[in-house]
Amino acid sequence: MKTKGKRSTPKRVPLPKCRTGIRGLDEITGGGLPLGRPTLVCGGAGCGKTLLATEFLVRGATLYHEAGVLMSFEETEAELTANVASLGFDLASLTKHKMLVIDYVHIESGDVQESGDYDLEGLFVRLNFAIDSVGAKRVVLDSLEALFSGLRNEAVLRAELRRLFRWLKDKGVTAIITAERGRDHLTRHGLEEYVSDCVILLDHRVNDQIATRHMRVVKYRGALHGTNEFPFLIGHDGLSVQPITSLSLNHRVSSDRIATGIPRLDAMLGGRGFFRGSSILLTGTPGTGKTIVAANFAHAACHRGERVLFFSFEESPHQIVRNMNSIGLDLEPLVKRKLLRFHSARPSLYGLEMHLSTMFKEIQAFEPQVVIMDPITSLMNAGTESEGKGMVTRLIDYLKARQITSLFTSLTQGGHVLATSEAAMSSLMDSWLLLQDFEGNGERNRVLYVLKARGMAHSNQIREFLISDKGIDLVDAYIGTSGVLTGSARAAQTAREKAEVLAGQQEAARRKRELERARVALERQISALRSEHEASAEELRRIDEQVGTRTRMLKTERTELGRLRQADATLADGARDGARDGARDGDGNGASDGSHEGRARR
Amino acid sequence: MKRAKKSTPPKKRGRLTAKLWQLRLYVMDQTPKSMEALTNLKKLCETHLKGRYRIKVVDLLKDPRLAKGDQILAIPTVVRLLPRPVRTIIGTLSDMEKALLGLDLRASD
Repeated sequence: MKTKGKRSTPKRVPLPKCRTGIRGLDEITGGGLPLGRPTLVCGGAGCGKTLLATEFLVRGATLYHEAGVLMSFEETEAELTANVASLGFDLASLTKHKMLVIDYVHIESGDVQESGDYDLEGLFVRLNFAIDSVGAKRVVLDSLEALFSGLRNEAVLRAELRRLFRWLKDKGVTAIITAERGRDHLTRHGLEEYVSDCVILLDHRVNDQIATRHMRVVKYRGALHGTNEFPFLIGHDGLSVQPITSLSLNHRVSSDRIATGIPRLDAMLGGRGFFRGSSILLTGTPGTGKTIVAANFAHAACHRGERVLFFSFEESPHQIVRNMNSIGLDLEPLVKRKLLRFHSARPSLYGLEMHLSTMFKEIQAFEPQVVIMDPITSLMNAGTESEGKGMVTRLIDYLKARQITSLFTSLTQGGHVLATSEAAMSSLMDSWLLLQDFEGNGERNRVLYVLKARGMAHSNQIREFLISDKGIDLVDAYIGTSGVLTGSARAAQTAREKAEVLAGQQEAARRKRELERARVALERQISALRSEHEASAEELRRIDEQVGTRTRMLKTERTELGRLRQADATLADGARDGARDGARDGDGNGASDGSHEGRARR
Repeated sequence: MKRAKKSTPPKKRGRLTAKLWQLRLYVMDQTPKSMEALTNLKKLCETHLKGRYRIKVVDLLKDPRLAKGDQILAIPTVVRLLPRPVRTIIGTLSDMEKALLGLDLRASD
């Protein structure tokens, strides 16, 4: 039934695969080992070959209900059972339920005399019988190389091995053959020559006293596979190649935004904070307040009712709680309400893989919405640079796949020059905040700026970062011709500016008053002139009146004289003259010229 | 060891003559190799152990279970069950010298 189904879709599935059930291995091999073909697993002593092979059988039996045969050339049934019991594998029970057959092949070198030609038909018979007795789909031969020490006729042995692998293929079982790592070749006796479908290399290296196991798919005929070296762990429940989601970049993203706990910082990030599920890097030199920003972020998240997992690699939980109290951040109740959880561990405690595994376990158990790593750099120092980066990549992938927002603090030593590892790490981050020191004027001030924030408008401004017992605040740093001014220099500059403005205002007021005064003076002058003008007009009128009166008096006198002299003709002439003079007096104000004229004419 | 054996040839011969040799030949079907091994073994026994041996041929094709129980890998395999200790020789026994060495029969020459 099964094979029929697979045959019906040969184009879609070019190479049928057999899921190993080992965490991570199926991902890097793109679905498992080649189905119905032998796979060679090689590596040095103690790198986990037997365990991988055994787990392949155990998972096959428990997860996929496929029976298996374990043909061991080195360890007896009892030894094998005892060795893997600590990982929770119950070989005895599987054997009892006909899901597993363990066949220990005893080979003792020098015990057997060889005379003439022979073949390994006995091995074939045993294997065949074991496979048929439980209907096994999976076979492990661990490790075939023991044959080389038991049998001297290498020509026969090689011919028989070739036949064995052919036979395994014909039998249609998926097999794992383990072999010891050789000096020049992948295996000591060149077994890779016979197994051409899939070769997996295991490795156990020690770097700076920290041992890490690695796995690499050297060869996988006819299938896409990750060619990288992948670190793997032997944990409490078997082998695990830590999540290899890094092969794909297709996690879903959220456009939901979350506040940072610092309003001004939110404002710098387009007013709404970070994206949910994004990764944030916070770099800074020592003492720039990285942990404080992280704690604020945690505090804000907890107040939204989210769970926060705080991994601290330098300070103990109590120390963080105490220190944050000093800036008015009370984390204790959040810890009590189980919204905030600290996990403190020294980076040098164990290898990166173990750290990663522990973190994953913690994350799975606590299911946080926000994860904080403080600082990630000290953790990265527990391994080599590439290992560190690999770890961060896997960590970010893991968190992103779960839509967990992550904040990583990173300690930098130099001032402006970024360490290469940091630059490498930054490419994995969605947002990058930089905290920096500015020295000058005999003081040290902190500034913060947003180096990058993918997918959101963000401020390009440098902000001064103030820490007080009331918490943290961001203020605009002064940027002038002499550069960025912070601290007292900024305060002095602000005061200077204020004074300048004040002086300007005072100057303007003074000039205004002066002008007002001048205007008032002018007005006064104008009114003085006007009164003068009026006075002279009055004078004129009076003169006119006096002249008129006098003329009239003269006329009267003349008339009187005439009357006295009895001259009638001149009496009529004198009366006409008097009437004309009266009309001229009426418009004397409006046209003084006329009056002058009149006067001049007279 | 060698000298010790030489120094007590009568005892050794006595042991060899006194006890019955029990040999078992594991074969896989009636292949030419298996047949050759049986022929060679018979010849060897007739020469050195005439009348004091018993050969049992086990065909693993008929009972594959025995391969595991007797730790058989190579075919053909001759197992000397008696006299003790148990000795194993693999191959067609075409190399008579090695076969004798394997069965520890050289002393009886």
